[in-house]
Amino acid sequence: MIPVSWILFLSLSLFSIGIFGVLARRNLLFILISLELMLNAVVILFIAGSRYHSSSIANSDGQIMYLLVLTLAASEIAVGLSLVISMYRQHHHLDIDKLNKLRD
Amino acid sequence: MTNYSNLLSLIPLLPILSAVILLFSNPSRLWVSILAVGSITSVALISSFLNYVYWQQTDFILKASLGNWISIAELSISFGLYLDSLSLVMITIISGVGALIHLYSTGFMSQDKSFKRYFIYLNLFVSAMLFLVLADNLLLLYLGWEGVGLCSYLLIGFWYQDKNNNLAANKAFLMTRIGDTAMAIGLFLLFTHLGTLDIQEIQVKAHTVWSLSDNTIASICCLLLLGGAVGKSAQFPLQNWLPDAMAGPTPVSALIHAATMVTAGIYLIARNSQLFQLAPDVLYVIALIGTFTLLLGASAAMVQSDLKRILAYSTISQLGYMFLALGVGASASAVFHLMTHAFFKALLFLSAGALIYSLHHEHNIFKMGGLFKKLPVVTVSFAIGCSALASLPFTSGFFSKELILEQVVASGHITLWWAAVLGAFITAFYSARLFFIVFLGQAQLSPDTTPTKSMSLALIILCLFSLLGGVQPSGLISLMPPLHADNLTNLQHWLPIILPFIAISFAWWIFKKSQFGRTHTSLLQGIHQLLKSGWAFDHIYQTIFIQPFKYLCQLNQYDVIDLFYRFIEKVSCILNNTFSQFQNGQLRSYNASLVIFCILAFAWFISGELIK
Repeated sequence: MIPVSWILFLSLSLFSIGIFGVLARRNLLFILISLELMLNAVVILFIAGSRYHSSSIANSDGQIMYLLVLTLAASEIAVGLSLVISMYRQHHHLDIDKLNKLRD
Repeated sequence: MTNYSNLLSLIPLLPILSAVILLFSNPSRLWVSILAVGSITSVALISSFLNYVYWQQTDFILKASLGNWISIAELSISFGLYLDSLSLVMITIISGVGALIHLYSTGFMSQDKSFKRYFIYLNLFVSAMLFLVLADNLLLLYLGWEGVGLCSYLLIGFWYQDKNNNLAANKAFLMTRIGDTAMAIGLFLLFTHLGTLDIQEIQVKAHTVWSLSDNTIASICCLLLLGGAVGKSAQFPLQNWLPDAMAGPTPVSALIHAATMVTAGIYLIARNSQLFQLAPDVLYVIALIGTFTLLLGASAAMVQSDLKRILAYSTISQLGYMFLALGVGASASAVFHLMTHAFFKALLFLSAGALIYSLHHEHNIFKMGGLFKKLPVVTVSFAIGCSALASLPFTSGFFSKELILEQVVASGHITLWWAAVLGAFITAFYSARLFFIVFLGQAQLSPDTTPTKSMSLALIILCLFSLLGGVQPSGLISLMPPLHADNLTNLQHWLPIILPFIAISFAWWIFKKSQFGRTHTSLLQGIHQLLKSGWAFDHIYQTIFIQPFKYLCQLNQYDVIDLFYRFIEKVSCILNNTFSQFQNGQLRSYNASLVIFCILAFAWFISGELIK
């Protein structure tokens, strides 16, 4: 069996990559993708947790949580993508450094 | 009686009516003179008629009302007029001397551009003073009091193009204001304790509410009223506005010194003499103030070189005599001296005005001399005025001043009597000095114009009054009974009569040796300077009050209290600037701050766990 610390490490790496993507990328589309990465990192943590805390395979709380998060992510990305598309139609680019009109 | 009431209400209304008409119309100079002089002259005629009616009656009271003024709950104040023998004497002086001064002014001011403005102010001045002396309640009296203050301000600064005149006017206004404030507080206090402002009711109620053994509040009220009187009548410590008030036209000085303004303080105390009887300590203070001021004024008058300043200091000194008389409880003699003083001081000022008019506004007496041949009318009137001021026997000033000295002896204040006699000696000395220097000796300046007819007429009438006006109105004696003086020693009887002659001979001796205007030793020089500046009170007030005030203003020019609020404002501005840096609209920086916060929070949490 894979030691739990490896999975934690994987999750942490994924999460950091996601954070790096959110902070470093300028394109709104890539920020959304990075957010998905971070969600997945968290979900892996859930599954690893449920596996670690139960002796038998019968505990499937983590997997259920994974399905829930997947659904949420799907709906979230649907809304997000539609916003991104409408924004692209208006501004013809997706550079968030230039999309700072909210301030004024 | 109702007819007389109507006449009474006409007295203060006629001058104010004429002032209003002059204000809203633009008549020729002749009509201005006719209207202004006519209104005051008719007031003078009305008051002489009232005098004729009431001369023989000792206790008469005439009342009139011009309507309601204030009516709130228990406070009800009307424009009520009240005439008894005291106010009758006062209105006679005011309107009589006022009318002569008006008549004189038509000649004196004939070359002035603001002829109409001058007479509006003058009429208002007399009207305010008439309201003051006729008021039946203290609030109406206060209205007249303030009106007099206002008009004196306007008239002292009449030639407003010169900055010094404005400063003098400000000084007069502010210094009397100090007294007025005290008086206003006194009125509030009287109203709280007695529940009325009616003057006659106050006299009666004061004796039921307070008594001689329980007179703390009565004393405070009297002191506050005295503060007002001291300010208006130019007594120590508020005396030094009067010499500066000479900045106005000379007839105005005559009006201020003789008929209106400075007599208001004497009138106020004489009117409330029954109230003041409840506070013997305050009366003693009044006597002390009077004595000190009469010496101060007389000694300062001794060394002045400006003609009008000599007269101004002599007024301060004569008012000191009146305060002394009030202080020893001889109000009747105070008012009597007020009357004779009004005659001879108006005469002196008007003849000084004629002199200045003829000599092209020359005020320095050492540049005059030998004028008796060229200006006979002025010389005679000056001689009469000076002898009345020096109280030579059988002039009007003699009778009133002798009476005051006699009353001081009767009251038992022998020290004050000696001081007053010394003052009388100095008075005679400086009157003689003034007369000798101006009219005798070497001729220097020669007059090129002679006084106009209206001026000469006013002078001649005032000469008669100054010579023959020494008859005490009988009504006064019954209203304010004098003290009985039958224990006079020979010295006390004869010294005040002989003293003026000694003083005049002394002055003549010095004049013959032509020692006036010269000082030899540095000590004399120093004393001379001290006296000339009126005992340096201007300087003292400058150091005690004005400079510290200016220093405080300097300190507070950025508003010390506001610094605290401005600090709060500045801090919130800094905070705003700092935090608005973070809100830059950059999504990535928001994210970064979120991440940094989470990392820090975790680090803090974990470190806490580890320590546990």
